[in-house]
Formats: sequence, C-alpha cells, structure tokens
Amino acid sequence: MFEVISNEILAENLHKMVVSAPRVALARKPGQFVIVRLAQGEERIPLTIGDADPAAGTITLFIQAIGASTRRIVDTRAGGFFRDVAGPLGKETHIANWGRVACIGGGVGTAVLYPLVKALAQAGNRITTIIGARASRYIILSDHLAPLSDTLIVTTEDGSLGTRGFVTGPLDELLADRLRAPQAVFAVGPVPMMKAVAEMTRKQGIKTIVSLNPIMIDGTGMCGGCRVKIGSETKFACVDGPEFDAHLVDFDELGDRLTSYRAEEALGHPASECRLAKEVAP
Amino acid sequence: MNRTLTPKERLALQRVAMPELPAEERSRNFEEVNLGLSGDQALTEARRCLQCRNRPCVAGCPVGVSIPEFLDALACDDLPRSVQILRGDNALPAVCGRVCPQETQCEALCVRGIKGQAVAIGYLERYVADWAMHHPDRLLRERTPAATGRSVAVVGCGPAGLTAAGELARLGHAVTVLEALHDTGGVLRYGIPEFRLPKEIIDREVAHLSRLGVAIECNVIIGKTLTVQELRREFDAVFIANGAGLPTMLGIAGENLKGVYAANEFLTRVNLMEAGRSKESSTPIIRRREVAVIGGGNTAMDCVRVARRLGAERAMIVYRRSEAEMPARVEEVKHAKEEGVQFIMLTAPTAILGSADGWVTGLRCQKMELGPPDDSGRRRPEPIEGSDFELSAGVVVNAVGTGANPLLTATAPELDLNKWGYIVTSPEGETSIPGVFAGGDIVRGGATVILAMGDGKRAAAAIDRYLKSN
Repeated sequence: MFEVISNEILAENLHKMVVSAPRVALARKPGQFVIVRLAQGEERIPLTIGDADPAAGTITLFIQAIGASTRRIVDTRAGGFFRDVAGPLGKETHIANWGRVACIGGGVGTAVLYPLVKALAQAGNRITTIIGARASRYIILSDHLAPLSDTLIVTTEDGSLGTRGFVTGPLDELLADRLRAPQAVFAVGPVPMMKAVAEMTRKQGIKTIVSLNPIMIDGTGMCGGCRVKIGSETKFACVDGPEFDAHLVDFDELGDRLTSYRAEEALGHPASECRLAKEVAP
Repeated sequence: MNRTLTPKERLALQRVAMPELPAEERSRNFEEVNLGLSGDQALTEARRCLQCRNRPCVAGCPVGVSIPEFLDALACDDLPRSVQILRGDNALPAVCGRVCPQETQCEALCVRGIKGQAVAIGYLERYVADWAMHHPDRLLRERTPAATGRSVAVVGCGPAGLTAAGELARLGHAVTVLEALHDTGGVLRYGIPEFRLPKEIIDREVAHLSRLGVAIECNVIIGKTLTVQELRREFDAVFIANGAGLPTMLGIAGENLKGVYAANEFLTRVNLMEAGRSKESSTPIIRRREVAVIGGGNTAMDCVRVARRLGAERAMIVYRRSEAEMPARVEEVKHAKEEGVQFIMLTAPTAILGSADGWVTGLRCQKMELGPPDDSGRRRPEPIEGSDFELSAGVVVNAVGTGANPLLTATAPELDLNKWGYIVTSPEGETSIPGVFAGGDIVRGGATVILAMGDGKRAAAAIDRYLKSN
C-alpha cells in the first residue's frame, strides 16, 4: 500500500498527487514512469513521475482524470492509499547540454515535460518553453516552468490566455529565427501535436525527442501492448522508451492504436491510454 | 506397502477417466474443465501402480517426486502420509497435478504404459494436493526448521521462484520473494487461464509458502526498483527467476493493426486483470466473432480457448507444422477440439490484413508441407508455391513465443548472458556472479512450469551448499 501524502487540483480534472513510494523515489530518473493500480480489480495505469524527493521517500504524479479509473485515482484523498505503485519504469531521458533547447508541452503532456525541463535546466541549457491547451483553465505548471525557462510562451486555442492558437505557431517563429533556433527540441502532448512538431523540425534536422504514451499493461516488456514503430523497427515503449527520436516515430500508427478500446470505453470502460490524446488537438 | 491386491488384480484395473465439465457448457465460462477424481476413483487408480523397484517414473519427473511412495500411501488410504511425501518433494503439487505434461514425463516412463495405459500420476497428484488444501487439520505437522540466520532474495514469484522459496524456507533460510507484478504466481496467474488452473489454487499454494515463513513483496522490479547488486549487498544469496520476456514478433506486415495481440497481452488482460470474465474488472478486451491464434504450444491453446470463452464462434489455431509436431500438451489439444476450436494445420501466415480504418480483418496464409527434420528434430515446414489463401479474423493473437527480458540483465553487466540474452548458468544454477543463481525461463527461454520448478529445486540445493560454505 502506498499512502497519498497530498492531492492538489492544478486545473480542471488535473491533480498533483504526492505519494509515498520510498524505493521508487530513490531509484527514479527524469523521463521515467510508474504503473499505478488503485485497488483490486482496477486497471494498471502508467503515469510519468513528475518529481521525486528521495529524502522524504515520495514521488509526485500529475494525473488527469479522463476515464473512470483515473477519476477514482484522483478522488483518493490525502491519507488514502494506492494499492500498487511499481517502478520506476522506462529509460531515463538522455540529458546533455545542447545549448538552446525548445520544450513543447500540450495539455497534460506539460506535466510529463516538467521533469525534463527541470533536468535540462540543471544541465545548463537555455530553454524556451512553449505550452498550450484548449483554454486558460487547462494551462498547468506555468509557475513551475517559468523559473526554469529563459522564455515561457503560453498558447490557448480560444485565446483566453497567452497567444491564440497552437504551440506550433510560436515554435515556427522560433525555428525561423537563426539567433534563437534551438539545437534540440523536446515535445510531449497529444499525438497530432508531436507529429506536427516532428514535421517542423525534420526539415532543419534538429534533434527532436518525444515521450510516447501508448496502451500498456505490465510496463516491463512482457505484454507487448505498447509496441510502436520507430523507423523500420518495432519497439516497446515501456522498456525501449518512453522517449524516442521524433523523426523516426510512426505517429499515425500510434494514434490509431490508441483508439483500440474506443468501443469498450463507450460501454463504460475507462481509457487511461487516451488521456493525452483527448486534452488538446493542435 | 499396500498388499490388499495381487499384481494380477492390479493389472486388471483400467485407467480412470478424469471427470470433466461438458464441452458445450465449459466453452462459455471460465470454470475449471477437469473436475478432479472422487475418493474411490483415486484409491483405485493408486492401486494400479505396480510399485516397481527401479521407479522409472521418478526419473521422468523434473523435481524427482517420490511417485511410487506417495501413490502407495494413497492406495493404503493414508492421505496425510501421501501429502507429506508429495509436499516434501514438490512445493506446488496442486499446480503440477494440473499443468504438467505428464504424458511426456512421469507417465511416459510408467511400466503400465508399455502394454496398456500408464497410471494417471498427474490426476493423483492433483487429488492428494487438493485433499491437503481441504483438510488442513488432518495434515502431519511439518517440522519447523531451525533458523540458519542466512537470507536469500528470490526474484520472481513464478514456478521457479516459488519452488526455490519453499525449499530454502524448509532449510531454515529467511526468504524474501520480490515480484514485479501486483500479484503472486507469475505465469501461473497471468499466463495460465482459470479453466486450467483456478487462481484459488495459486492463492492456497502461496499461502502455504507464507506459513513456512516466506515473505513476498509485490511491485518490486529488479533492474528498475532495485538492482541485483543492491540485492547482493542486502541478502546472503540471490536467485533470479524473473521469467519470460518480450514477445517475439512475427515480422510480417500488419502486426501493429488494432485487434492484433501478443499472447502475453491477451492472456494478461483476461487472466491477471480479469477482463471479460469479471464484471468488476476495469480492463477492456477486444472480442470478435472470428479469432485466429498463431502457434501450436500450450500458450496458443490457452489463447484460443480463452477466445472461445469470450464468445468467438470461430476460434482457430493456425500452425505451420502438423498436429503431430505441436508442442502443446495432448490434453489441451483434446479439450480445445471438444470445445469447438478449429485446427488449421500446415499453414503459415505471411501477412496480417487490415481495413482502411486500421482494424485487423484476417490473415494471408500459405499452405506448408513437411520436409526433412530440422535442428529441433521435427520435420521442417516448407511452403507450397501458389497455395496462398485468406482467412477472415477480427482478432489475431501471436503465440509463437517470447525472447529474453532485458530489464534485470541490463543493469547487471557482470552477469554472463548467451547470444539470445538469457542468463548462463552451471547445471546447478550458478551464474557468473558468486552467490547469484538463476533458473526458469530467464535461463531456458520459454519452457514449462515443471522445468522451471526443477531449476528452482536444484538452485535451492546449490544455494544451501553455497551458504554453508561461505
């Protein structure tokens, strides 16, 4: 049993939960995730570890409630428990000092982006962070990201905060500016957003890393549900990822596979796997 | 020895038939297919054993169960003694009695099988083990070993790990089992379906080990949560039995279409997460009228029979060799056929076909014929030119096998691996790291429950020797 230490609402349906998991907190590196199972009979839900405090033995999870399972997870109050927390899983982010880096977050993908921005800032990178959502009430972590970034740009589709439009707008301007163009780009968000970013940076050959969130069960390479096509190879996101070279990812196939359980969802099954896809369309 | 019957009278007894749920009924639910023998049936069957002096059956058992002895105690109607003998040799008898391929092991060597039918050793093992579960008050007390003060970490709670844990606990060592998943049993729980091995049996066997003092911690992934080096520092010895790994892909077009599962995912959803068989489960599973399972092993049989129970009207096995070469247990093939599973033999898929919206619609197949034997000793399947045909299917399950899981070994560079990524060990299970032993599928590749258990038993003995000399 893993105690929930705190549970804070950051935005509509978006919770920041601090959970006691001492071994995970000790072993965790940026880019890794845990599998959470709230109780007997519940789904195994992969969640990126947003932050960790090894001394306190806690990890921080950013969780968006989009289906029945994630709703029940975020409804767990401080003092309550998760039955299972397993991890840290996946490979850690390859962090280097690239020089100028652009970090792009869409919707709840921003929560996955946050630990990367933190690690990249610590490594001495100069960061332009661009985060976007449908409307201002879905914009998260801007106060966490601002001090880590040289520049923080916010976009909303309805113009209720920052620049009206998609994250790709400011990125386009950034790429066109020789003096500000990044040496590396990190993008986490809905599949169409990551695909659009990959297409934009491909022309200039800028190294671009995306964090993928396919359907997953065990998270240890056993089930093969999370397979993604990377170039000509099939990779398992849980053991080979979750981060991959954006220019090699088959985004269309990934996006399509994420819809595998749409019919079952309609019958009342949750769809943790689609939580990135639903929040923001680019 | 039970002498109530003369050898002639014993020889006159016919092999018992296992009572089963009718195929019509069971192919629509997940109830256990084999119902188990009655007391009278078990007693009579045990008396068919001739008590051969050279015990050929024992040589066929990977864990060396004292078969004639436990059968004799049963024939004498002394069940407590029978249980004591059986459990002394086998940590998981209720499991083995259900899932072991007895026809190629103990029963294959039974003298009675030469001219007639072998003694139904597997059925009797199950009978004795089940009786023990239901009569805890009548069991002979297991002697409590003196604590040695030495500790052993067991990585993986599957058949190899549980067996080693039980053996080591009986020797007085403090055992902690570390399991990556949220529940115990490993492949016994996520891989083998309820109708072949009820989860309650695993729970009871695990509870028995807990009573022996074995501690089990779930959600600990060695190679991620902790490393082998950390375990080596914390414990006096380590046994690695983390099981099978990544599914082997077919390498044909269409493998990532929606509705194409690797066997592990399909079975894990249903067996471990209870998709499609419990209303309480939140995990979904795709059900279709036509399901094609590729492969001919026990895993393929499990998948196709699960598919049938999830409502497939046409559940098919697609296998590139003929039925004679199928590695599956004879009983699984028989049960699958009775349940209406179609066997499409000498057929190799060359592509998985899909619709414009990304859903699997079927397989393109090629007919095969058997050529001369290959390295495995089985006749090699060779394609017949121009024999292509299409098979319609809404779900396709790939059950051709698994490769090595790299999670643990990636963080233990001093562990010697073979070219496929499996851990190299001595016959006793010693790895290249002193004090670290390994067994089961992470050493063998995909094998059987009982071979994994044999590894666990041998490694436990080797670990005991290591602890005594270090």
